[in-house]
Amino acid sequence: MDLKEKLVSSFIAFENQVDIDSYVHDIRTEAIKSFEDSGFPTKKNEAWKYTSLKQVLEPDYSIFPRQNKALEYAKIEKYLIDDIDSYKIIFVDGKYSSHLSETTHEGMDICLMSSVLNKPKYASVIENYFNKAVKKDGISDLNTAFSKEGAFIHIPKNKYVEKPIQIIHFSSGNESSLMLQPRNLIIVDENSQLQIIERHQNLSENEVLTNSVTEIFVNPKSIVDYYKIQNDNKQASLIDTTSIVQERSSVCTLHTFSFGGKLTRNNLTFSQNGEHIESIMKGITIIEDKQHVDHNTLVHHIKPNCESHQDYKGIFDDKSTGVFNGTVVVEKEAQKTNAFQANNNVLLSDKASINTKPQLEIFADDVKCSHGCTIGQLDKNALFYLKSRGIPEKEAKALLMYGFANNVMQSVKIPELKKRITNIIANKLGVKIGFNL
Amino acid sequence: MLSIKNLHAKIDDKNILNGINLEVKAGEVHAIMGPNGSGKSTLASVIAGKEEYEVTDGDIYINGESIEELSAEERAHKGIFLSFQYPVEIPGVSVTNFIKTAINETRKAKGEKEMPAKEMLKLLKDKSSLLEIDRKFLSRSINDGFSGGEKKRNEIFQMAMLEPSIAILDETDSGLDIDALRIVANGVNKLKSSKNAVILITHYQRLLDYIIPDYVHVLHNGKIVKSGTKELAIELEEKGYDWIKEEVKN
Ligand SMILES: Nc1ncnc2c1ncn2[C@@H]1O[C@H](COP(=O)(O)OP(=O)(O)O)[C@@H](O)[C@H]1O
Ligand SMILES: [Mg+2]
Repeated sequence: MDLKEKLVSSFIAFENQVDIDSYVHDIRTEAIKSFEDSGFPTKKNEAWKYTSLKQVLEPDYSIFPRQNKALEYAKIEKYLIDDIDSYKIIFVDGKYSSHLSETTHEGMDICLMSSVLNKPKYASVIENYFNKAVKKDGISDLNTAFSKEGAFIHIPKNKYVEKPIQIIHFSSGNESSLMLQPRNLIIVDENSQLQIIERHQNLSENEVLTNSVTEIFVNPKSIVDYYKIQNDNKQASLIDTTSIVQERSSVCTLHTFSFGGKLTRNNLTFSQNGEHIESIMKGITIIEDKQHVDHNTLVHHIKPNCESHQDYKGIFDDKSTGVFNGTVVVEKEAQKTNAFQANNNVLLSDKASINTKPQLEIFADDVKCSHGCTIGQLDKNALFYLKSRGIPEKEAKALLMYGFANNVMQSVKIPELKKRITNIIANKLGVKIGFNL
Repeated sequence: MLSIKNLHAKIDDKNILNGINLEVKAGEVHAIMGPNGSGKSTLASVIAGKEEYEVTDGDIYINGESIEELSAEERAHKGIFLSFQYPVEIPGVSVTNFIKTAINETRKAKGEKEMPAKEMLKLLKDKSSLLEIDRKFLSRSINDGFSGGEKKRNEIFQMAMLEPSIAILDETDSGLDIDALRIVANGVNKLKSSKNAVILITHYQRLLDYIIPDYVHVLHNGKIVKSGTKELAIELEEKGYDWIKEEVKN
């Protein structure tokens, strides 16, 4: 039985464990039907042309993991940004770990999907927002069908949330291969501010496939900063669908740091539902071996006077492969749109490759749109320049790569996170550097 | 200190250096002049260890030891410094971070501890004021958007920070206005001592009014065809290089 059949035939059993009566029940039922029709995307699908899931779908994944073993804090500490005061929503093998987490219901909800899905108090929020942002395709339908757990965050209006929220999904290795389908819903009401750090981490050598869906609603005048750290091990694959709906005068910035994992696919969509919206997407990808990272972005400019900025940098070594597929749609009504897109890549080996494809679909006539992509090697003259000052080859290369990625680092607003990412990069490049970016 | 013996080098089957001999002792200043394309920058790059050039014959010695097998960074650790004719722009890496890394990597290579932050700060302050460099300049990306003069001044600033024993300045004077030239020359003179040596590659004798050379060499077709003292530089300034080319022919 292949994974699709297994998932479809497990649906009834899954539904029986959860709340049949809830509003979400119908959505799930519909979603499993859609998934049954479409299945997993294949390379025949234009949007998946350069990313094949074939190998990733092979293992016989457990889709209902057994009760997880309790993880000690000491074991996971290093995956947290632990030198800042933060809220933490932590899952182990798809199940909420209360002793590792720090949530709240005081003046705002920073909690769990499972705890709101069938509570009458939250019924209207769920009806208004759940499954409303995400673009429906096979992969997100599958997540919707099995949606049950993840982070639920609702920030009321006029609230500046000082502490960042860390959402981390661990897999313990309890199952020989595990499929996870976290579902996050984040709603930020008018004039509020929020920072989130999200991470997926496999703690064992066992295969893990994560099919994650996150919906984010950024209501008028709100500011959201979202950071994704994708630095998993070589047995972990991630399909991450993040759909963001922004309302008037809001700013949403999303950073994606892709440093590892077997296969990583990011489906990122921004919909601009009002005027004076700013959407910012930044990414640094540094991978090696046979790793694969695919960034698929879509910005939908619907209303006038909005901006979008995309700046993705990639460094590919060995036989690693990258994809950047960025689409910008500017509707007829969306006059005075500014949309910029840049994708710059460095190939460190002649076996590494990147497929980069910007797509502009512009129906308005008074807009400023630009895109640029580059693919190159490290500059030999620059390398000699650094070496001639006594900086060894490895460090010199690292310095050049830092310089290359620095633009993206500059917009990270949490200093401890910036430091952590700098360290991850240094570790990856096998160097020790004596400064922070 | 630096000894170059019968040095031949080529790139892509093109012979550029054709048997260079040069002896530089501690405390000396040597000027290397010569027409465009004669191989001056190539000589500088080969001494600094640029790998694109292939040394086909001869050798370079520092304090009696061949440096043939040494990488560019190892040569730097031995005290060689090259002020580039065309300094490279490196976006995203600040001058300060770059120079800190260079100093500490050099120390590491010598088995020394990293320079304490306080000491580093003081050094940065002293040397930037020696070269009349604005502190803001140090947080900018290396050479990125620098004017020609700023780039050259930044090269000498790095030299001041690294305190090399053999400094090769490749056309550091070009692109400098007279005030900047004076500042740079003053900086070089302050760094000069009986323990180090300076090789000045230049077109004009203008720089040599400020930094007085002990010897002047003329490079032509990858060979030193004439050596002399400061007077030779003055003669070259007046008469150009044609008479030397004639002399070589005969
Ligand atoms: N990287 C290179 N590739 C090909 N030719 C080069 C290279 N570097 C130097 N040359 C050639 O070698 C000769 C000497 O160049 P160079 O050393 O720059 O001269 P100078 O500094 O005296 O003006 C020139 O003919 C130049 O074109
Ligand atoms: Mg030259």
